[in-house]
Amino acid sequence: MSDSSNPAADHTSTFDVAAIRADFPILQQQQGGKRLVFLDSGASSQRPRQVIDAMTDLYETSYANVHRGVYQLAERSTSAYEGARSSVARFIGAATDEIIFTKNATEAINLVARSWGGANLGSGDAVVLTLLEHHANIVPWQMLAQEKGFEIRWIGLTDDGQLDLSNLDLLLDGAKLLAFTAMSNVLGTLTPVRQLADAAHAAGALVLVDACQSVPHQPTDVIALGADFMAFSGHKMLGPSGIGVLWGRAELLDAMPPFLGGGGMILNVTTDGFTTDVSPQKFEAGTPPIAEAVGLGAAVAYLENIGMDAIRRHEVELTGYALRTLRERLGDDLMIPGPAEPAARGGVLSLDLAGVHAHDVSQVLDEAAVCVRPGHHCAKPLMKHLGVTATARASLYLYNDTDDIDALADALVAARDFFAL
Amino acid sequence: MAGLEDLYREIILDHYRSPRNKGELESPPAHRVEGFNPLCGDEIVLYVNVDDRGVVSDIKIGGQGCSISQSAASMMSASVKGKSIAEARGLIRAFKAMMSIHETEIGGDGTEAEADEAAPDELDLGDLEALVGVVKFPARIKCATLAFNTLAQAIDDAQADTPPAD
Repeated sequence: MSDSSNPAADHTSTFDVAAIRADFPILQQQQGGKRLVFLDSGASSQRPRQVIDAMTDLYETSYANVHRGVYQLAERSTSAYEGARSSVARFIGAATDEIIFTKNATEAINLVARSWGGANLGSGDAVVLTLLEHHANIVPWQMLAQEKGFEIRWIGLTDDGQLDLSNLDLLLDGAKLLAFTAMSNVLGTLTPVRQLADAAHAAGALVLVDACQSVPHQPTDVIALGADFMAFSGHKMLGPSGIGVLWGRAELLDAMPPFLGGGGMILNVTTDGFTTDVSPQKFEAGTPPIAEAVGLGAAVAYLENIGMDAIRRHEVELTGYALRTLRERLGDDLMIPGPAEPAARGGVLSLDLAGVHAHDVSQVLDEAAVCVRPGHHCAKPLMKHLGVTATARASLYLYNDTDDIDALADALVAARDFFAL
Repeated sequence: MAGLEDLYREIILDHYRSPRNKGELESPPAHRVEGFNPLCGDEIVLYVNVDDRGVVSDIKIGGQGCSISQSAASMMSASVKGKSIAEARGLIRAFKAMMSIHETEIGGDGTEAEADEAAPDELDLGDLEALVGVVKFPARIKCATLAFNTLAQAIDDAQADTPPAD
């Protein structure tokens, strides 16, 4: 597997999008005779041949259930699975035993809510969220609050889509948890993670970071960020669907009760009860997503080979090009809410075309083989704050280039003209 | 953009730009029902007055959404106004059949019968026929049917509130 996880090209000197694109089989196709322009990586990225090959190779040469068999296949499979855990840990500056594989980031946040929250939150407590949150970091807390009766408080937004921290100390007073996104999946806003974490800790609250949109696009160091928990998904960072990651500080994980019960998470079971294994096994009941973990490990290797600093630089440049180009081509007909400065945001552009609904925009864009996502992006409280029901979201990644942005701009002009009153 | 013109017929764009029966009715007496498309956030607020004879005497539409959902709502309101509840149900069935949604009813003997067979074949959908192109765009069918699903709920509410005539 190690042979196939080395990217074909060395991207260290200049960022070679053509060479990167060549690694992605799905991007080689045409739609209606046009080059496929994939601008929906914020929902789910595509994956390079190296990831697909790593998973195929496991299935063809080394697959067996993990942690159980003593035969050689089982040892190779376990080694590949645990190797992926080590890769992910290194990628975010964590200890290997602090990495828990889940089904997705949503399950990772639900794990914290049910396990840590179930044991530590009650009537009179408070959890602080922000208006930038995805439903995955809202609904688990609302569900638990219905049972436990704690309060949910909200950090609001400034006009340019940044968190309004003017009353942060008041909101954190007496709170037990601050849970927030590192990067908005609607506005692209990068939040001040370290500043928020320090404020939360000073108030005696723990910090959960929803890093779904940030980990795939920039360097991440959980210690430097000062987080206590971090959740992200594999499929947004070139890995397969069906795997997510929860990182938690070891002493917190050790003190938490299990989440799902079943095989693999116990030390012993009798007719009278059970005792749990240590973390991370304690939180990985049942057969885990083995091939998916291996695929995620290969995705991490691919990203590391290109370099997260280089990917971030590329996306800042491309976001700047997109903001300039769309402004020049569409002027005031197109609103893109969120920070105006490319360096203050990720490559997520929520497009609000005057007089044309996001669904209709996306339909016209599909005719041009431009893939964007219409809707509320699972962030309805944020959409309500912005005063829109839906936007068409274009999200960028390492395989996008200025040609993709030009195709987007052309298609948006066509949509505007098609629906012109 | 040949494919798009199948979807966005001129009559659809006309209803989108100049929606019929837009507004509110006082509720009560009007039945007010909200319909949501949870995937995209489109919403429709339907106000329906049903008179003593079981006729949809007035209908108003609020909410927001894409050209397909808004034009379907506008056309639906124009078609259903002045129609009996039974005719309105027939319209809903006929429209859903055009969208390739064939609702089945379980018969008393356990056999399934296609409900739209009961709808008059010659039922004239009028402007609504223009939405037939939506079938070629499966992701948009739920946009076209939102108003009709909401209407079905409003009619159910109206009938539940009206004691059966004896």
